Amino acid sequence: MTPLLEVSGVSKSFGGLRALDNCSIAVAEGEIAGLIGPNGSGKTTLFNVITGYVRPDSGTVAFRGLPVPAASPAGVFRLGIGRTFQITRIFGRLSVMENMLVATQRHESWWRSVARSAASRAERGRAAELLEFVGLARFAGTPAGRLSYGQRKLLELAYVLVADPAVVLLDEPAGGVNPTLVNEIAERVRELNRAGKTFLIVEHNMELVMSLCHRVTVMHQGAAIVSGPPEAVRADPRVLDAYLGGEDDELVGAGGDARG
Amino acid sequence: MTDVAALAEPRDLEQVRARRSALVKGARGAFWAAFCALLLAFPVIFPNPTVTSIAVFTVIFMTAATAWNAFSGYSGYIALGHAAFFGTGAYTLAVISTDIHMAPGYGVFSLVPLGGLVAAAAAVPIGLIALRTRRHTFVVLTIAIFFIFQLLATNLSFTGGSSGEATPAPAWSAGGYNDRFYYAGLVCLAVAVAVTLLIRRSRFGLQLLAIRDDEDRAAGLGVAVTRVKLVAFVASAFSVGMVGALYAYFLGQIYPQFAFDPLFDLSVALMAFLGGLGTVSGPLLGALLLEPLQQYFTLQFSASDLYLVVYGALFLAVILFMPRGVVPTVAGALAARRERRAERGRA
Ligand SMILES: Nc1ncnc2c1ncn2[C@@H]1O[C@H](COP(=O)(O)OP(=O)(O)OP(=O)(O)O)[C@@H](O)[C@H]1O
Ligand SMILES: [Mg+2]
Repeated sequence: MTPLLEVSGVSKSFGGLRALDNCSIAVAEGEIAGLIGPNGSGKTTLFNVITGYVRPDSGTVAFRGLPVPAASPAGVFRLGIGRTFQITRIFGRLSVMENMLVATQRHESWWRSVARSAASRAERGRAAELLEFVGLARFAGTPAGRLSYGQRKLLELAYVLVADPAVVLLDEPAGGVNPTLVNEIAERVRELNRAGKTFLIVEHNMELVMSLCHRVTVMHQGAAIVSGPPEAVRADPRVLDAYLGGEDDELVGAGGDARG
Repeated sequence: MTDVAALAEPRDLEQVRARRSALVKGARGAFWAAFCALLLAFPVIFPNPTVTSIAVFTVIFMTAATAWNAFSGYSGYIALGHAAFFGTGAYTLAVISTDIHMAPGYGVFSLVPLGGLVAAAAAVPIGLIALRTRRHTFVVLTIAIFFIFQLLATNLSFTGGSSGEATPAPAWSAGGYNDRFYYAGLVCLAVAVAVTLLIRRSRFGLQLLAIRDDEDRAAGLGVAVTRVKLVAFVASAFSVGMVGALYAYFLGQIYPQFAFDPLFDLSVALMAFLGGLGTVSGPLLGALLLEPLQQYFTLQFSASDLYLVVYGALFLAVILFMPRGVVPTVAGALAARRERRAERGRA
């Protein structure tokens, strides 16, 4: 069966720095896939390549077996690939409800978009439901810039869901969020997954990754080095090496021998 | 988990708020009705030609500031080359009316929307180029494109070069002469305000505001950012082109340095900033305050550059004390007061 999302041999350099080095991963329909790796191993860059924010030097991204348009965030989103950002990006001066409506998808020409109101009753209803789902309903009229950091994460999750994407990429959904809200976010993800939605999650909180994900891929220096069920990945010596090697780098400076 | 008492209170507050907001809506409607009536009756109340002449310029700048705001205020892209569209509209009317030997009179007004269309057509390629850039680069690029237009107006043969171009002079009696231009200007203003309202209330406007807050994020949510920006830019150029054409007809003679005036954008941007970027009433208020002031200075001291000093000082004052502009600042203060009253009304 072809995977829902497949990244094959993607490389990307920034100047002399090789952020992605022949990286390949696959996400199957209906799973919660985890993506871990030390800081700077290229996880966010991989997300950026998949969602069209960064054009890869080489390699391909396929969705349902078809190539994804390169460097077109709008095109990628319309295909059904949604994402959130490591540092949340909401529309601070728009209300929470308006944030939701931006993501509503319609196939209409620009002149119809001028003539028609910001949202139909059905679209508003759907947005309100999702706000209810993430627990932000009572903030619908509040400028999004006034939300707390954790609430912004929830809002970003909610407005990505407005368009009902087939797969959602979450970049550190628990980063900087208080533990209660982390559980809340995890619960929402599980619930959506039970209803059939696919997830690819970058996360440093190992407890969360291990309990939430069906399969975990480990990145190291721009490449995916290990992929498998959480228990297997946790026990894999290469994973330990990747993390320890990274730490060694920071501690000793050179640290090449730790990796052998 | 749900606390019944805690739920009951906000409902009360909601009711108080709803009642007040209905009151506010009524007051706002009454205000706008009075404002429109005053605009319509102005030349009847103040028939003095000196005053009506100032009124014509004021309506022209109210339109230009509104149109400028429809793009820059809502998208966050600060364009400082709209004088290119103003001049294009002005030259469209002057050149065509002269070339086809149009009879002076009401017929020439039909070239006003044409001036808007030609300016809008010019805005398409300009937008396609300039809107690839952002922030400072965009600002500089719009200024550069404006200077190209000014240069062309001076050097192309069909524009009359630096000696300018005359427009047909209608033989209306001095008494009501300005009034015709004033009401034509009001029609242009109505168009510009209608465009702004359409943008503000539509899905299109929501997309434009999303671009203002975070363009890349908007793109990542499926917003066709280039198309949205371009449409707003072109719509804005259309209204500015219309009043440019009206301006040419009103003056009777245009020169490159006045039709393509680098200070045009400074004035228009300051008007929008002063009143409040991204609001409907802000640019109207800004133009109502500043344009008569400038005309007064010009008439009173016959030093036409004196207003620049005042503008500079005002710009500083706005940025220092009211960075959001008058309308949002006052509206914010009023809303906060309403909120406090509502709280108290509940207690
Ligand atoms: N736009 C860019 N320009 C230059 N270098 C970049 C850019 N984006 C990422 N990098 C570099 O590429 C490398 C990979 O970064 P990336 O953000 O993908 O890592 P990450 O795995 O997401 O790390 P973290 O866990 O800290 O979020 C880093 O060394 C980073 O500094
Ligand atoms: Mg990252």
